[in-house]
Amino acid sequence: MTERSPQAYGQPPRDGGLLTRLLEVDGLAVEFDTRKGPLRAVRGVSFHVEACETLAIVGESGSGKSVTAQALLGLVPSRARITAGSIAIEGRDVTGLSDAEWRELRGERIAMIFQDPLSALNPSLTVGYQIAEMFRRHRGTGRAQARRYAAELMAQVGIPDAARRLDDHPHRFSGGMRQRVMIAMALALDPVLLVADEPTTALDVTVQAQILRLLRQRREADRLGMIIISHDLGVVARVADRVAVMYAGQIVETGTVPEVYGRPAHPYTLGLMRAVPALRGTGSTLTAIEGQPPDLAEPPTGCSFHPRCPLARERCREEAPEPRELSHGRAVTCHFAEEVLDDA
Amino acid sequence: MTFFIGRRLAQALLQIWGAITIVFVALRVLPGDPAELILGSQATPDQLTELRAQLGLDDPLLVQYVRHLGDVVRLDFGESWRQGMAALDATLVRLGPTLSLAVWAMVFTVVLGFLSGTYAARHANSPIDHLISVTSLVGQALPPFWIGIMLSLIFARGLQILPSTADGTMASLLLPAFTLALPFVGWLGRLVRTGILEEMNQDYVRTAQAKGLSRRVVFYVHVLRNTLVPVVTMLGLLMGNFIANGVIVEVVFAWPGIGTLLVDSISFRDYAVVEAVLTVVTICYIILNLLVDLLYGYLDPRIQLENA
Repeated sequence: MTERSPQAYGQPPRDGGLLTRLLEVDGLAVEFDTRKGPLRAVRGVSFHVEACETLAIVGESGSGKSVTAQALLGLVPSRARITAGSIAIEGRDVTGLSDAEWRELRGERIAMIFQDPLSALNPSLTVGYQIAEMFRRHRGTGRAQARRYAAELMAQVGIPDAARRLDDHPHRFSGGMRQRVMIAMALALDPVLLVADEPTTALDVTVQAQILRLLRQRREADRLGMIIISHDLGVVARVADRVAVMYAGQIVETGTVPEVYGRPAHPYTLGLMRAVPALRGTGSTLTAIEGQPPDLAEPPTGCSFHPRCPLARERCREEAPEPRELSHGRAVTCHFAEEVLDDA
Repeated sequence: MTFFIGRRLAQALLQIWGAITIVFVALRVLPGDPAELILGSQATPDQLTELRAQLGLDDPLLVQYVRHLGDVVRLDFGESWRQGMAALDATLVRLGPTLSLAVWAMVFTVVLGFLSGTYAARHANSPIDHLISVTSLVGQALPPFWIGIMLSLIFARGLQILPSTADGTMASLLLPAFTLALPFVGWLGRLVRTGILEEMNQDYVRTAQAKGLSRRVVFYVHVLRNTLVPVVTMLGLLMGNFIANGVIVEVVFAWPGIGTLLVDSISFRDYAVVEAVLTVVTICYIILNLLVDLLYGYLDPRIQLENA
C-alpha cells in the first residue's frame, strides 16, 4: 500500500505521533430551511474518534445521525447549513473550507460509504473505472496503472476474479459485492477516517456479517478511525468500540458498548434496548417506545424526550438537561440518569 | 445482445408491414379517382373503365392489397404518371435534400438544446434559466411556417445575407434547417434540464462528491452520461418529426425534398408516388428508431440484461 500512497508533505504520521485524535466534533448544529421555518436537525452534537477506533452513532430515522455523517464530509444537502460548532479532522478545522480544499480531504483523509451500494454507484460506469478514478483524479495516475491498482484493491476486499470483473457494471454484482466495491473505492487512497452510513442495512443478514468482518479487518490493517451510523443495535454491538445515542438532533448518551448496552443511563437508550428482541433471552417482554419523535421545527420545551419518557416529571418539561459525565468517557443528558441506571 | 437485435429487427419488420397496410387503406378510402385525373374530364366512361382495369382498380380490395404487398417487397410502387418514371426512383431522388435538411436540423437542435439545457440546469432558477425557458416556450408555440417566412423576410429579403430558396449551397440550408430545428431546441433544452436536475439528486452523485471529485468531473463524467440515456431515445422521435415537419418547411423554402414532392403528388393524385414517399419515410423512421434502441442498449448497460 505504501508504494501506492505517497504521503503528502506536512501530513502528520499515521501512528506513533502525538496526533491520534482523528476527528473532533464540537457543538455541531445543522439547520434545514423549510417552508415552516428553520428545522434544527442537529442541535449541538459533540464527539470524537481516535485512530483504530470505531464510534457508532445510533438513533431512529430523523434523529439527525445521517445529517451529522454528511456534515463530516462537508456534504450536507443544499437546503441545509451548519449553523454552529466545529469539525476538526486531524486537528484541522474543516468548517468553512472551500470546495477545492474539501476535494483534497474527501477520499484522501476522510471517506464515506452508503446504505444502498447499488444506487450509490454510478450505473453507467464500470466498477473498475469508478475505483480507478480515485487514483486518476487525485493522484494523476495513468489509466493502465490506475486499473492495476483498482484490480488490486478489489482483490483485497475479497471480490473473486477481480481483474476480470473490472469492466463489469455495478448491476452485474450482488449487493454484498457492490458494498465491497464501495469499500474498495472509499479506502483506495488510504484515508484515516471512514464514515459508514448504514453500511449493511440494505444487505442480507449473512452478507451483513461478511461486510462487518471486512470493515473490522480494514480498521486493524489500516489503523482507520471509523464512524458507523446505524439504527441496528446488533450491528453496532458487533463492530463498535463506543456508541453515541442520538435523539431529536442531540446525543443523549455516550459510552463504551459494554457500558451502554449493559447499563443504559438514558431512558431512551433503555427503551431502545427493550425494543430489541434478544435471541437467547427468555421471559423478557418486548416493549415499544410510545409516541413519535418530535417535530424538529418545534422541539418540545425542556428535555426533548419528555413527551415519550416514562420517568418524565415537572423538571423535565421546564429545564433542558445538560450532558454530564457519569464516569470517564461516559456521558448522559438526563436529569434522572441515576434512576435509569438503577432500573437497568 | 444478438437476441436483443434479432427481436428488435423482427419488431421493425412488423412495424413496416403495418405502416404499408395503413398507407394502402388510407389511399383507397381517399376521395378522388386516379383514372379520372389521369385522363382528364373529357374521358369517356369506356376509357375510364379500361384504365381502371389496367391499373387493377376494379379488383376487390383484398386482391389489390395482396398484389400491392408483393409489389412493395419487389420495391415496385408503379409508375409516376406525372413524371413518367418509377415512383420509387422519383422519391429516392428527392430523399437526399430532405435528409440533409433533417440532419442539419438535428445538429442545430442537439447543439443548441444541450447547451441551453445544460446551462439552465447548472444555473437553475437564475434569471438566465428563466429567460431560456421563456424563449423555449415561445419557440415551441410559434408555427414553423410562420418562423420560416419571418426568417426568410429578415435574412433573405431584409439583410440579404442568406438565400431564401434552395440553390445547392450550404448557405441556403441554414434558414430551413434552423426553422425546422427551432421548436425542438426549446423542447430538447427543457428535457435536458429536467434530466440533469433529476440525476443530480441521485445517490451516486453524492458518492462522486464524497470521492473528492471536482464539480466538473461529477457533472460531465457522472451526471451527463446518465442524462444521455433518456434523451437519446427522444432523438429518434425527433428525426421522425423533422421529416414530418419538413414537409411544411420545404414548401416555404421551395426545398426540392420529399416534402414538396409529397404535396405536389397529393394534389395531382399521383398515388404511386404518394405511396412510395410514405413508405420510404416510414421505413426511414423505423430504421432510425431501431438504431436508437441499439444505441440505448449501449449507453445503458442494464438494458441488455433485462432483455436477455
